[in-house]
Amino acid sequence: MGLTNEIIKQRLTDKFGDQITEWETPYGLQTFRAPADMNLKVMQFLYDDEELRFRFLTDLTAVHFPNRKGEELSVVYHLHNLIDNIRLRVKIYVPIEKPDVYTATQLFSGANWMERETYDFFGINFIGHPNLIRILNVDEMDYFPMRKEYPMEDPTRRDKDDEMFGR
Amino acid sequence: MELQPHIQHHIKLSEESLQKQTTTLNLGPTHPATHGVFQNIMEIDGERVMETVPTIGYIHRAFEKIAERRPYYQITPLTDRLNYCSSPINNMGWHMTIEKLLGLKLPKRVEYLRVIIMELSRIADHLVCNSVIAVDTGALTPFTYVFQYREKIYEIFEEICGSRLTTNIGRVGGFERNFTPASFTKLNDFLKTFPKVMKEFESLLNRNRIFIDRCVGAGPISAERAMNYGFTGPNLRATGVDYDVRVAQPYSSYEDFDFKIPVGTVGDVYDRFMVRNGEMWESVSIIHQALEKIEKIEKEFPDQKEVFYAKEADHFHIPAKEDVYTKMEALIWHFKIIMGEIDAPAGEVYHSVEGGNGEVGYYLISDGGRTPYRLHFRRPCFIYYQAFPEMVQGGLFSDAVITLSSLNVIAGELDG
Repeated sequence: MGLTNEIIKQRLTDKFGDQITEWETPYGLQTFRAPADMNLKVMQFLYDDEELRFRFLTDLTAVHFPNRKGEELSVVYHLHNLIDNIRLRVKIYVPIEKPDVYTATQLFSGANWMERETYDFFGINFIGHPNLIRILNVDEMDYFPMRKEYPMEDPTRRDKDDEMFGR
Repeated sequence: MELQPHIQHHIKLSEESLQKQTTTLNLGPTHPATHGVFQNIMEIDGERVMETVPTIGYIHRAFEKIAERRPYYQITPLTDRLNYCSSPINNMGWHMTIEKLLGLKLPKRVEYLRVIIMELSRIADHLVCNSVIAVDTGALTPFTYVFQYREKIYEIFEEICGSRLTTNIGRVGGFERNFTPASFTKLNDFLKTFPKVMKEFESLLNRNRIFIDRCVGAGPISAERAMNYGFTGPNLRATGVDYDVRVAQPYSSYEDFDFKIPVGTVGDVYDRFMVRNGEMWESVSIIHQALEKIEKIEKEFPDQKEVFYAKEADHFHIPAKEDVYTKMEALIWHFKIIMGEIDAPAGEVYHSVEGGNGEVGYYLISDGGRTPYRLHFRRPCFIYYQAFPEMVQGGLFSDAVITLSSLNVIAGELDG
């Protein structure tokens, strides 16, 4: 249990300098932001480094922030070091017009379907992915449903408007 | 031959289909041997599986999207329908995620009650999986036998929360009401009779010549590959990795309990079967320990008998009905909670629990409103099912069927 959030931060700062930003620890989980084109370099370093050993990809997903101009889509990786039992969250941001991210499938086989799911719902284009097609939705679908511009219900409906609760 | 991903829509035979020596076989989406809505298009050479292409998403219900419009307490019924074989674990995991966001600390009695419920549903989940492996290898008796005990577990759930399969059990901060004396009677009755049945189940299968011949060496995966694929839960432990969320990141006071993590060696069907059996025994022992601990608490502090939720969670906990009808304050809170007018603080939380199939994770981003800004379920089935083609490649076709059932892929969890 020698690895702590501080050591992780130190090792990454030594290696990548100020390219890694937005250090946070919400609820104890070390979180940082990496440049979009460096996601693989950072994760490869986290994987290979003898001290860090983040070799388990727990989760991969995306979040849409329509108000953050130029970085609307965020891809979030949850990594886990099973030896020291510590988790890490890596975030990258890409513009919605050009959502290109390098694939992590070479590093983690498990990323294959997780990236397909993320593509399916957010339209993140994982460069180098072996089979980037829709996975849960129908192949004929021509939009990315988890983006915020697609509301759950038909926005033209008026019968659900309520004076008191406004929805 | 290049397999067509659209083959299920437009059945087209490839140009060389008349010349080729192998057979294309469509297994699923509804097939008695798949136990759920999965489709696999397999290329088989005699009895050997050469290639398989899984198609998933048949029962995708867009829970993540729906959750973005629902107040927090209305998301619990969605989590029921992920892994419906052990929905209480999903419910509790979701409640704990919100509690983590709110920074709530629960009384020990509530946490132990939760442990009891979670371990019972783990037993129910593993019973289904293991007895279905037996069905797929040709033995129907163990399945019908142990299903009575799954039924008994559901009766306990029914006594506690009113429903059986999709339970919606518990609330943020604890339970909706205290456990009745009848639920403890049913629980004790179960604990008394189940070990005998479990022993019999094991003696029917564990050293059964036919069963061993069918299972040993079928659908193996190495620890390295399993970890690379993101396996968790019994399927990972069958390969020899002792990762269990209950021990690695204890939640709900699991650190107070003394239990073993069964592990396998080669990660084949037999190892997965044995790991699940071992876990059921550990679950029984955990429930016994939890009951002892609750008894000790109640003896020491008699007023704890009535504690079934955290007092600090008042703003999330629907008041008792008699209070709602007689007290102004209770009526206001009841109304606010039911209308979903309770705001949660802004924050970003990842919380995971050890589900029946592995690490069930909830990644929640709250922007301070009444609904989550984004909620992502880490569904263990979805992540490990992608290893299925690699696991069955080169094996017998009949091994592929038992590999599928031993992975315990639950369609609800797979498709989200």
